Amino acid sequence: MRVSELASKESRVSSASDAAPQYVITAENLTKRYGDVTAVDGISFRVPAGEAFGLLGPNGAGKSTTMKMIGGVSQRTSGSLDIMGLDPEQHGPEVRAHLGVVPQQDNLDEELKVRDNLLVYGRYFGLPTSYLKPKADELLEFAQLTDKANSKVDALSGGMKRRLTIARSLINEPRILLLDEPTTGLDPQARHILWDRLFRLKEQGVTLILTTHYMDEAEQLCDRLIVVDKGKIMAEGSPASLIREYSTREVLELRFGSERNASVGAELGGIGERVETLPDRVLIYAHDGEAALEQVTARGLRPVTSLVRRSSLEDVFLRLTGRSLVD
Amino acid sequence: MSVLTGNFNTGDHSVTEAARRRRFGPIYSRNVRAVVARGLMATKSSNWMVMASGFFEPVLYLISMGVGLGAIVGSVQGPGGQEISYAAYIAPALLAVSAMNGAVYDSTWNVFFKMNFAKLYQGMLYTSLGPLDVAMGEIFLALLRGAMYATGFTAVMGLMGLITTPWAILMIPASVLIAFGFASFGMGITSFMKTFQQMDWINFIMLPMFLFSATFYPLSVYPQAVQWLIQAMPLWHGVELLRQISVGVFTPATAVHIGYYLVMIALGVLLTTSRLGKLFLK
Repeated sequence: MRVSELASKESRVSSASDAAPQYVITAENLTKRYGDVTAVDGISFRVPAGEAFGLLGPNGAGKSTTMKMIGGVSQRTSGSLDIMGLDPEQHGPEVRAHLGVVPQQDNLDEELKVRDNLLVYGRYFGLPTSYLKPKADELLEFAQLTDKANSKVDALSGGMKRRLTIARSLINEPRILLLDEPTTGLDPQARHILWDRLFRLKEQGVTLILTTHYMDEAEQLCDRLIVVDKGKIMAEGSPASLIREYSTREVLELRFGSERNASVGAELGGIGERVETLPDRVLIYAHDGEAALEQVTARGLRPVTSLVRRSSLEDVFLRLTGRSLVD
Repeated sequence: MSVLTGNFNTGDHSVTEAARRRRFGPIYSRNVRAVVARGLMATKSSNWMVMASGFFEPVLYLISMGVGLGAIVGSVQGPGGQEISYAAYIAPALLAVSAMNGAVYDSTWNVFFKMNFAKLYQGMLYTSLGPLDVAMGEIFLALLRGAMYATGFTAVMGLMGLITTPWAILMIPASVLIAFGFASFGMGITSFMKTFQQMDWINFIMLPMFLFSATFYPLSVYPQAVQWLIQAMPLWHGVELLRQISVGVFTPATAVHIGYYLVMIALGVLLTTSRLGKLFLK
């Protein structure tokens, strides 16, 4: 792609709000096989510019593999992929010039100091030192690592490394930010600060692609998400619409003691829309949890504890991907 | 601070936009210098003992075998038929071996480690660098280090009185040529390796090559068939080339030795380039 085409593409992207949505990522039948194992099995999705798009799924669902294919560092087996008008397999460096990537595992340069990590990473993008020096200081401030600027990377705590990785991903002012489980290993304070920063980036038009295990994170950040399991898309929509579609408004959690849960669960049929018996508790999915609890007690059943709560994305997730461990 | 006031990504984007508007290839972004700059910066903090060992290894061999063993051997016949000391005979061979060892180490173990354990390349390849930038940068750094070692070793030879001709200075670029041949091949071979056990095979090939490539005695001691086998191996050509240069004797064979390495470099670069996807993009 030549310079002029790229410029016109950018102007289209920046005026996306007043026209039909411009898709910055279009994946069709994206498939990745490693030998006999199919990590990603024919998934299709489109992400408009400026959206926060989530990939949810258990370990091994194919989320990270999808992220790697978007970055052009993993080659797909079949299907097509279009990032800002380019195929990342044919135009890897050019596509990645627009990306910021936070990989699942920190891959900071352990041989360099904290600030040098940012400077050197910026040079990989071909950015000049005159830009990088103030930018690195700004990002250190952002990651609250200013006083660690000249420390070695090994000397940082896990949370600090994570923050540095995130700061590093912003060095080239990316149009699309790929975040693979960004807050894993962060304490709650750091998570909330990061969410705030990500919100601001989104406000400035940066497209966020996020994988996460944390349902509250997905609910907080994502405009839209797909639930992926065993390489396939199980559901797609906004957090609220997924809850509406795959769960009820409320959930009643009852505990009868671990010996009795199974037998009592069998007697609860007909209450609410769905009853799920777990080893430690029984869940009743109902529009009105309190009403469901009255029905339970009307049947003469006395739970040790009961709790009515709103349905969450976690309920959707567990319903779609099952409760057993994958690996 | 703009980050804290929320104006973090607004303002002037001309610099980052300009960086996006460069010309890119499918696996190359014309930015080898960023990889080299990173390598030089990392060297500053790296372990100098490890760096120094690469210099001292051939020097220690030269002292123990050249001076020690040389006392028993006396003088031997050099490439031009002239009598030279045993130390002067093996010194260029040791330099060729050290060029080989350094290049192979840098392009195999070092690349394997950075790929699979330090995850350094994963970080690089999520930027606009392409696999070719990374490979060329790493090879360049390996050659730069090789040139430094060769310069040091040539200086030691001079101090020990083993250099008798100004031609000997050409051993330095010739060492880089030898190192380039091994490095370009080594990286291609590393792309086939998956475990540390497989990496050990590399040593299994290198050690006999070191011992038998006319390093410590002339090729004529072997039966003809063995001579042919050794002459097919790259190290022998490196040993002979440096040995000729060290005394300033050039024959048609000199061109053959240089040609051998030029072909090796071409094939190695071809192999490595074709395997870059396998090496870097999984």
